[in-house]
Amino acid sequence: MATTTEQPSVTIRIPTPLRSYTNNQSIVEVDGATVQAALTDLIDTYPALKPHLYHDTGDLRSFVNIYVGDEDIRYLDGPQTALEEDAEVSIVPSIAGG
Amino acid sequence: MITTPLILDQIRRHGEATYPEECCGFLLGTADEDNQATALHQVPNRQEDRRTHRYTITPADYRNADEAARARGLDIVGMYHSHPDHPAQPSATDLAEATFPGYTYVIVSVTSGTATDLTAWTLAPDRSAFLQESITTEASAATR
Repeated sequence: MATTTEQPSVTIRIPTPLRSYTNNQSIVEVDGATVQAALTDLIDTYPALKPHLYHDTGDLRSFVNIYVGDEDIRYLDGPQTALEEDAEVSIVPSIAGG
Repeated sequence: MITTPLILDQIRRHGEATYPEECCGFLLGTADEDNQATALHQVPNRQEDRRTHRYTITPADYRNADEAARARGLDIVGMYHSHPDHPAQPSATDLAEATFPGYTYVIVSVTSGTATDLTAWTLAPDRSAFLQESITTEASAATR
């Protein structure tokens, strides 16, 4: 075994239309000590998700909100928000138009 | 999408009720090759100004709608909003603000307070445009 620190195992809730990119799973289990690490693990597993969550610049799209439990990570530590074992991460779109 | 005459009527009535401001809400149902909308979840237009030309649904409203859907064994399969005195076509703002391919976006045109055309759209997988969806109605919400 490598000597890497064990990463917490967390779940990510996937919005309905993105499940076509996650083998129809509504909840995906990933590893990550931070939100960013968990999302990276998600994208590594399901690369087709990436253009729908991220701009080409690597920033999250502005309508993509990430929650840990009931908290928006913007009000926590952003992508560096720490995750504990069994944390529940959700991808939550904000919706707008004209 | 597949839905019922009642749901289409409820969308039209919502658009008329909020006229001249835009209405908005969620389509709940089941996602398959065609989205099947069997229930609506209305939400307030949270846009702070220019509600005659813009709508905003907050993450909190999305989470409430998602919870309501799951409590009924359903999923959020799309959204709807109205275009007061404008055609039932996605606007440039609709495309700029579009979320994920796979949602059904319903638009109802409300002209002088009366709902007229109602159309359904989905974001192209490459995010470049909205593609029109057919609307099939069934007499009752025969889901699952």
